[in-house]
Amino acid sequence: MDFATTLNVLEATIRLATPLLFAALAGLYSERAGVFDISLEGKMLAAAFASASVAAVWASPLLGLFAGVLVAVAFSLVHGLASITYRGNQIVSGVALNFIAAGLTIILGSAWFGQGGRTPPLSPGQRFGDIALPGAEALSGVPVIGPIYAQVISGQNLLVYLAFLAVPLTWFVLFRTRFGLRLRAVGENPAAVDTAGISVTWLRYRAVIICGVLTGFAGTYMSVAQAAGFNRDMTAGKGYIALAALIFAKWKPVPVLFACLLFGFLDAFSIRIQGLSLPVVGVVSQQFVQALPYILTVVLLAGFVGKAVPPKAGGVPYVKER
Amino acid sequence: MSRPYAKLPGWIDYGLIPLVNVVVAFLVAGLVVLAVGESPIEAAQLMLRGAFGYGEGFGFTLYYATNFIFTGLAVAVAFHGGLFNIGGEGQAYLGGLGVALVALNLDGTFPWWVNLPLAVLASAAFGAAWALIPAVLQAKRGSHVVITTIMFNFIAAALMVYLIVERLRPVGSMAPESRVFTEGGQLPKLEGFFALLGLDLGGAPLNVSFFVALAAAFAVWVLIWRTRLGYEIRTLGFSPKAALYAGMSQTRLVVVTMLISGGLAGMMALNPVMGDQYRLQIEFPAGAGFVGIAVALMGRGHPAGILPAALLFGVLYQGGAELAFDMPAISRDMIVIIQGLVILFAGALENMIRPGVGAAFQFVRFRPSAKTVQGELGR
Repeated sequence: MDFATTLNVLEATIRLATPLLFAALAGLYSERAGVFDISLEGKMLAAAFASASVAAVWASPLLGLFAGVLVAVAFSLVHGLASITYRGNQIVSGVALNFIAAGLTIILGSAWFGQGGRTPPLSPGQRFGDIALPGAEALSGVPVIGPIYAQVISGQNLLVYLAFLAVPLTWFVLFRTRFGLRLRAVGENPAAVDTAGISVTWLRYRAVIICGVLTGFAGTYMSVAQAAGFNRDMTAGKGYIALAALIFAKWKPVPVLFACLLFGFLDAFSIRIQGLSLPVVGVVSQQFVQALPYILTVVLLAGFVGKAVPPKAGGVPYVKER
Repeated sequence: MSRPYAKLPGWIDYGLIPLVNVVVAFLVAGLVVLAVGESPIEAAQLMLRGAFGYGEGFGFTLYYATNFIFTGLAVAVAFHGGLFNIGGEGQAYLGGLGVALVALNLDGTFPWWVNLPLAVLASAAFGAAWALIPAVLQAKRGSHVVITTIMFNFIAAALMVYLIVERLRPVGSMAPESRVFTEGGQLPKLEGFFALLGLDLGGAPLNVSFFVALAAAFAVWVLIWRTRLGYEIRTLGFSPKAALYAGMSQTRLVVVTMLISGGLAGMMALNPVMGDQYRLQIEFPAGAGFVGIAVALMGRGHPAGILPAALLFGVLYQGGAELAFDMPAISRDMIVIIQGLVILFAGALENMIRPGVGAAFQFVRFRPSAKTVQGELGR
């Protein structure tokens, strides 16, 4: 690979890692509070559909983002109702929401727009456009750093920068604020939080609402920034890759960033690898690279590369003693 | 909070509550139908007519139900052991590889009735093998079987595309599928059998794997409620601590339960691969592994509940396909919504409806009747 291809792959890595980053951080809040969430996929899909529909009808990406967030939060609240209020099985609830989102987006999409589940294509004004960072033009003449800055870092859209900003923000919220301390505590030992006089229910609801907001961003990014409109099943397993990234990062914000970049890179790489011969291994099949994030996660879960220990109270509904 | 979870008679717990859950799920689905501007009642009528109204439709209904019996049983067996196997889709996909290997190698050698048991064994073995790694990881390393089986679904999808496109595809063919099996790899259709009962199945792909599914349902009942292993599996699911205290090996039980579950999911491949398409195609399970989750939850993990639940989803699949002709706004994806709603109401939100039903029952039961009140006053 020459320098230009490398830049292309890096640029694609950033673009492909962004939705993973939003979704994995979303999962981070929820799971750190003790609510397992495998419905990241469904929420992203529902948000992608809602935002693309609204952006197409009212011609505003911001309104689209708002709608996407709203719908994802609504899904989150159903998940909260099932797993916090009614103490149902959180996995079952997540599975259910994924199916509902998959079916609902297609049914409503075909009924509203009559294009077989697609939303109308968005014009550049209806999407989040690329932002040129200051100095990109001037620096592009500088060797190595210039093109990297101009092509990879600058010229992405607003949501990309927000996703990367969300990482330090999440770290700060979780590890430097009172809310974050309590949120982590409720995922490890809810009884202790309850004894301290803090509502376990309300804390967990706030966590799933934040999860909804962030998956809303993830979905909106996919349909209103990265692509120009919604396609059926457009998240195509990204929510599960985000879940894998979250586990891979052992439920910590900064490692989440690197895990998402790694999985984004694999995704960008798998598109270019077809027919490419690598040193040592020879021709690698595209399917193998596509499966690599999942394989890596399983290897990690097996405990061969450090151990991924989930929050202790994860998946367990809290029952207050009477 | 003890009252809403009070013990209720069996017919309420296993009959009424699942029924109410499903009814609520369908009511919500009806709202979606209303939202796209069609009449839910008309849609239901069209759906039922499509599924039962004529022989071929009924044949298709049972054909789809066959898939869901297998996957529903697979999920149910794991549930009994306290395990959630979301990997049915991947295990069924791999099961297809087992079926195809038998059919591709032996279809010219043996007749179908020799190949059928071999294909059953191969599909179960391949499905079980795909469940083995998640099972061992859960049992030995404590990594959650839900996450690993999800990952294995994706790995299975990538692996099977690779195998079918790069290895099994005949030279010169563009379609991503294996060669067509000859007669020895084709399971007979049940037209003749149903013709004896006076029903014309037309071109429906219902085949002998339907009977394999029924046999599997019976075998699961025997296994779970009439064998020592089944007792151990239920103990593990009910209380892992009790299982440990009773000296049962948790590692062995988790692995064996997941192997049985994966094997059942793998056997689902018989029906589409050897019974209908006569070739291995990419993505042939088409979501049946996931429908199994809804079927198992609705059937409360009991074969007697799983059979009607599988039939219901067979009705939805076949009726839904018919419905899409008459109401283009309602495509087959409607079923995915219904499936999700059933999982939501029968699974995740079961505690929402239960207290209400319980309270209503207590009210009806303990309300003093007029006669006893009079009798007491008279005395």
